[in-house]
Amino acid sequence: MNQQQQEKAQAYWRANVRLITTLLIIWALVSHVAAILLAKPLSGITFGRIPLSFWFAQQGSMIIFVILIFVYAWRMNKLDREFDVHEE
Amino acid sequence: MNTESWTLLIVGITFAFYLYIGYLNRVRETAGFYVAGRGVPAIANGAATAADWMSGASFVSMAGLIAFLGYDGAVYLMGWTGGYVLLALLLAPYLRKYGKYTVPDFIGDRYYSNRARAVAAVATVFISLTYVAGQMRAVGIVFSRFLQVDIIMGVVIGMAIVAFFAILGGMKGITWTQVAQYGVLILAYLITAVAISARLTGNPIPQLALTFSDIAPRLNQIQIELGLKEYLAPFQNFSQLNVLFITLALMLGTAGLPHVIIRFYTVPSVADARKSAGWALLFIAILYTTAPALAVFAKYNILETLNGKTVQEARSIDWVVKWEETGLLKLEDKDGDGRLVMTSDNATSEIIFDRDIIVLSTPEVAELAPWVVGLVAAGGLAAALSTASGLLLAMSSAFSHDIYYRILRPDADERQRLLVGRATIFVAILIAGYFGVNPPGFVGEVVAFAFGLAAASLFPAIILGIFDKRMNREGAIAGILTGLVFTLVMIILIRSDRLLGTEAPILNSFLGVNAQGVGVYGAILNFIVSYVVSRMTPPPPEHIQHLVEDIRVPRGAGAAVAEH
Repeated sequence: MNQQQQEKAQAYWRANVRLITTLLIIWALVSHVAAILLAKPLSGITFGRIPLSFWFAQQGSMIIFVILIFVYAWRMNKLDREFDVHEE
Repeated sequence: MNTESWTLLIVGITFAFYLYIGYLNRVRETAGFYVAGRGVPAIANGAATAADWMSGASFVSMAGLIAFLGYDGAVYLMGWTGGYVLLALLLAPYLRKYGKYTVPDFIGDRYYSNRARAVAAVATVFISLTYVAGQMRAVGIVFSRFLQVDIIMGVVIGMAIVAFFAILGGMKGITWTQVAQYGVLILAYLITAVAISARLTGNPIPQLALTFSDIAPRLNQIQIELGLKEYLAPFQNFSQLNVLFITLALMLGTAGLPHVIIRFYTVPSVADARKSAGWALLFIAILYTTAPALAVFAKYNILETLNGKTVQEARSIDWVVKWEETGLLKLEDKDGDGRLVMTSDNATSEIIFDRDIIVLSTPEVAELAPWVVGLVAAGGLAAALSTASGLLLAMSSAFSHDIYYRILRPDADERQRLLVGRATIFVAILIAGYFGVNPPGFVGEVVAFAFGLAAASLFPAIILGIFDKRMNREGAIAGILTGLVFTLVMIILIRSDRLLGTEAPILNSFLGVNAQGVGVYGAILNFIVSYVVSRMTPPPPEHIQHLVEDIRVPRGAGAAVAEH
C-alpha cells in the first residue's frame, strides 16, 4: 500500500467509526437513557394513552433499533463507493 | 373437525414441509455444511436468524413474562433486540469480510494462537451447551403439551427431526428450514394477537392498540385496585441499577452468542451482512413489539373475566375449565366468601395463573376457530426446533472444525471433515436430548449463564480484534479468561442456593447487580485486563496488523470465499 492509499484507508475507517459512534449514541439514548435512567421523569409525559418512558421501553426503542441498522447499512454502502472500497 | 385433529393435521403438514426442505438442501461439501455455501440472500438469512433466535420459550413464555413484570419486562425486550444493533455495527460486516467458518476461527487467527482458538472453541461449546440444555427441555414441554405425548417422547420426536435436516444439510439445510419455520411461527403469533386486539380494543394492529387505546391504563388501574404492582410504572420488580445492567448484559450477550454470530458468515457479501442484520432485527421486532401488547390484552382479559366472579360463574366459561384441567390456571375460593379475588400474594390469591397461559390460551379466549389453536401449536414447535438446530450446529462446528480440523488433524481431507462434522452434530443431539429428558436442576439459570458468559468472553475479544490494531495474543487470552472465570464464579456465588444447595446465596449481589446482569462487570473487566496486558507485551506481528486493515474494508470479500 502506498502512502496515498493508506491515508484513504484511514479516512474511510475514521468516517466509519464516526457513523458507528453517532448511531450508538442514539441507541443508548432511546434505551438506556429514555427507558431506564429517565424512566421516572418521563413517566409524567403521556404518549398516546401510555407514559412516554413505557412506550420507549416496550415499543419505541425496538422500532428505532431496526431503523438504526438499516440507516447504517445504507450509509456504509454509500461510504464504500465514495472511498472506492465496495465489493465488485 | 375438533381442536386435536386440527393440531395434528397442521403440525403434520408443517413437519413434512421442513423435512422436504431439509432433503432438498442436502450438502456434499464443508462450505455448504458450515456456512451454507455463502449463498443465502440477506433477507432469507434475516428470517433464519430470527427463527434461530426466537426459541419455543420466547414464543410461549415471553408475553407472559412481560405480563407479570409490567414495565420491567422491558429488560428482555430491549436487551434481546438492542444486541442486534451492536452485532450489525460492530461485528457482522467484519467477520463476514474475514470469511472463515466459525467464531473460534477468527479469534484463533486474529490472535495467532491455537491456545486462543481452543479457549474460544471451549467457550463456544460451553455457552451453546448451557443454552441448548434449557432449549431441549422447552422442546419436550412444547411437544408434550401440543401433541399429548409425554416429555421424553416429545424430546425424542424433536431430536429425530432436527437430526434429519441438520445432519443431511448442515447449515444449508438448517437455514432454509428456519426460513420456513419463521413463516409458521410469526403467522401463528400475529393471527392470535390481531384477533384479540380487534376484539378488546377495536383496533386490529396490536402495537397501535397498546399505545392509543385505553387498555393499558385500564389494566394499570385494575392492578392498583387489586393491590398488585403498578403495570405502567418502572422498577417495581427490579431496581433501576439492575434494569440497566440486565439490559446491557443481554445486549452484549446477544452480540456475543456464537450461534447468532455464525449466521452472518452465510451471506454472499459484506453489504449483505449489514442488511441481513437489519432484516433479522425487523423480523424479530415484529414479534417483540407484538408481545407486550399481547401481554396487556391477555392479562386484562383474564382479570376482567375472572376477578370478582363466583366459582360457578367462572367455571361456566369453556376455556377456564380446560386450562384449570392442565394446572396452568388455579381457582380456589380460599376465604369462603363465594367470590374469586386476585391478590399479589400466591398464598391468599384465589386466582393463580401460569405465565405460559397468556399466549397458549389466547385463541380460545378470543374465540378463534379451532384451526388457529393448531397453528399456534405448529408455531411453538417451529420456534423450538429452529433454535435447537442453530445451537447444535454452532456447537458441532466449534468441535469438528476448530478443535478437530484446525488443532488436532490439520491434514484431514474434505470427506473426513464432513464426516466428523456430521458425527459431532449427531453426538451433540444425543447430549442435548439427554439434557432434555434429565434437565439439570438449574434450567432457569442457564439464560443468565449463556448470556453472561458470552458477554464477558467472546464479545470483548472480537470487538478488540477488529477495533484495536494493537491488541495482541497475550491481552486477548488474559481478558477472555478473566471475564469467563469472574462471571462464572459470580453467578455460582449469587445463585449458590440453587446451584450448590447452600441454604442462602453466598453473595446477594455484586455491587448491587444480580446474576443476570453481572456479565457486564465481566465484560468491563475483560476490556480492562486485555488493554493493560496488551500494552505491557509485544505488539502483534505485522501480518496480523495487515489482516486487521484488510477486514476493515469490504472489497475482496468474494475472493475470500473462493479460497475454500
